[in-house]
Amino acid sequence: MPHTDWAIEAKNLTKSYGSVEVLKGISLRVERGTMLALLGPNGAGKTTTVRILSTLLKFDGGTATIEGYDVQSAADDVRSVIGLTGQSAAVDELLTGRENLVMMGRLYRLTKASATARAEELLGEFDLVKAADRPAKTYSGGMRRRLDLAVSLIATPPVIFLDEPTTGLDPRSRLAMWEIIKKLMAAGTTILLTTQYLEEADQLADKIVVIDGGKVIAEGTAAELKSKVGKDRLELTFSNAKMLDQAVKVLGNRVADSSDKALSVTIVIQDNNEDIRTTLEVLAAAKLNISEMAIHKPTLDDVFLSLTGKQKSDVSQRIKETK
Amino acid sequence: MAVELVFEKKPRFIAAINDSLLMIKRSCTHILRNSDQLLGAFFQPIMFLVLFATVFGGAVSKALPPGVSYLDFLMAGIIVQTVAFGSTTTAIAVCNDLQKGIVDRFRSLPMNNLAVLNGHVISDLLRNSISTTVMLVTGLVIGFRSSASVLDWLCITGILLLFTLSFSWLAAIVGVFAKSVEAVQWLTFVIIFPLTFASTAFVPAEGMNRVLKAFAVNQPITHVVETVRALILGKPVGDQAWLAIVWCVGILVVAMPLAAWLFRRKTSQ
Ligand SMILES: Nc1ncnc2c1ncn2[C@@H]1O[C@H](COP(=O)(O)OP(=O)(O)O)[C@@H](O)[C@H]1O
Ligand SMILES: [Mg+2]
Repeated sequence: MPHTDWAIEAKNLTKSYGSVEVLKGISLRVERGTMLALLGPNGAGKTTTVRILSTLLKFDGGTATIEGYDVQSAADDVRSVIGLTGQSAAVDELLTGRENLVMMGRLYRLTKASATARAEELLGEFDLVKAADRPAKTYSGGMRRRLDLAVSLIATPPVIFLDEPTTGLDPRSRLAMWEIIKKLMAAGTTILLTTQYLEEADQLADKIVVIDGGKVIAEGTAAELKSKVGKDRLELTFSNAKMLDQAVKVLGNRVADSSDKALSVTIVIQDNNEDIRTTLEVLAAAKLNISEMAIHKPTLDDVFLSLTGKQKSDVSQRIKETK
Repeated sequence: MAVELVFEKKPRFIAAINDSLLMIKRSCTHILRNSDQLLGAFFQPIMFLVLFATVFGGAVSKALPPGVSYLDFLMAGIIVQTVAFGSTTTAIAVCNDLQKGIVDRFRSLPMNNLAVLNGHVISDLLRNSISTTVMLVTGLVIGFRSSASVLDWLCITGILLLFTLSFSWLAAIVGVFAKSVEAVQWLTFVIIFPLTFASTAFVPAEGMNRVLKAFAVNQPITHVVETVRALILGKPVGDQAWLAIVWCVGILVVAMPLAAWLFRRKTSQ
């Protein structure tokens, strides 16, 4: 096995469907034994990225390697080190849980004895023993997801792709899935998980890459991302553009964001309220009158939406709409 | 991990055969578990045989050579018709797999990805054997008699297997192309219905008009039907046998790689 520190490495991936550019240069790296969460709204390109990395989809530009194997020129090698749990559960509905597991194990080239024993073990781990001999079409959504995940673990591949593993699950099944994923991580598996939920990325991942419109728009640990956007924010509105410009100038690098349209600047408030006082002092010293002032406690939606680059007005509107 | 995993180290070619065997087992399990389909495979031939024999029997028997009953004449036609209609299930199975995303799972495995098609096509042989056996038994019950020897029956089996294979591969192409199961049904209906009825499966060619006859006597279903019929009735097969074989092999040679290529293309976009 060619050795690199990165279990998953993608550089500048591009992909178009016809004239629609779906990926506009995605780069990401996942250190061996860690989890990266690919966070983004619907249509961001998460599934496309996962399908490229798991050899299912041809792409236009860039390179991708899994455990050092090129996904294009060494697809078979890649396939022998990855497990994929796609967005829609890909289990055979007419086969029983056990038959699904054994069949997939055999297709991974496990011996019959190994496949059977491993299937038994996974049925136990994933709480599917009672349902093991029922056709998968009789399973509930949560059970199907668990079986789907179990199937991709049958040959204990060192790298696992999980495409929105909890979307559409009820809260209890989601928690059960999180526990399973945490166990996988504890066992040293490299995981790339996609999700639309910041909370999920926060709970599970070592590192988060946020994508939107086929581009990486932020990356870092959950703490880093939160500190960038997740603090309380002070929004100050001015009566004209000139004042706004001056305010931006005097406040310098405190300004997290400014909007010409809304005539406002946003300042991230650090843990104490000292920031508010000094900000107001600086503005008073520059003789800039504030016409409106508001403090925003960011919600998860807020954090997410501001990261995905939507306009502020747009954000508050959307939050109102969804409430 | 408590379980020690042992991987098989087999040459690529053997591994590919293994994959196909696993997929054949899967598709056969599907056939045996899908009770609606199984009932269809069981009762449809009985219904067709009895209906055709009683409805057309009186009218058509006058056009038959002396000493040949309509039931004995019909048997070959109805067997071939059942096989031809049965190939629809291959198309549906392929289409279903592609719709449901399980093909993605298979493709993410280090397996031979044409094994999926092989599985569906080969398992068709199982379902057709069930249907054909049911039909022969029903035929015997309602008065079908044949003078065919064991060797003749082996030849009949061989030609029907070849015919099933070639039509299932054709159906696999339809399955890859179709966007939904309904589309599959519609497509196969448009292809298979005219092909079986504009043949000598149910009536002799003598009574057909010139255009229809010219088509009927030169198409593969007729050649297969006539070969099987001659063997059943203990008549000389003449040119029909090799024409049937050439057609079936010809279809196979074109349809197999085409289906494989289309399948690969469809699944790697
Ligand atoms: N086969 C396809 N043909 C055309 N457009 C596609 C196809 N598959 C995905 N897309 C488009 O690519 C974009 C990204 O899709 P996807 O990767 O599935 O997003 P996500 O998984 O983040 O929701 C979407 O706008 C989607 O409409
Ligand atoms: Mg998706």
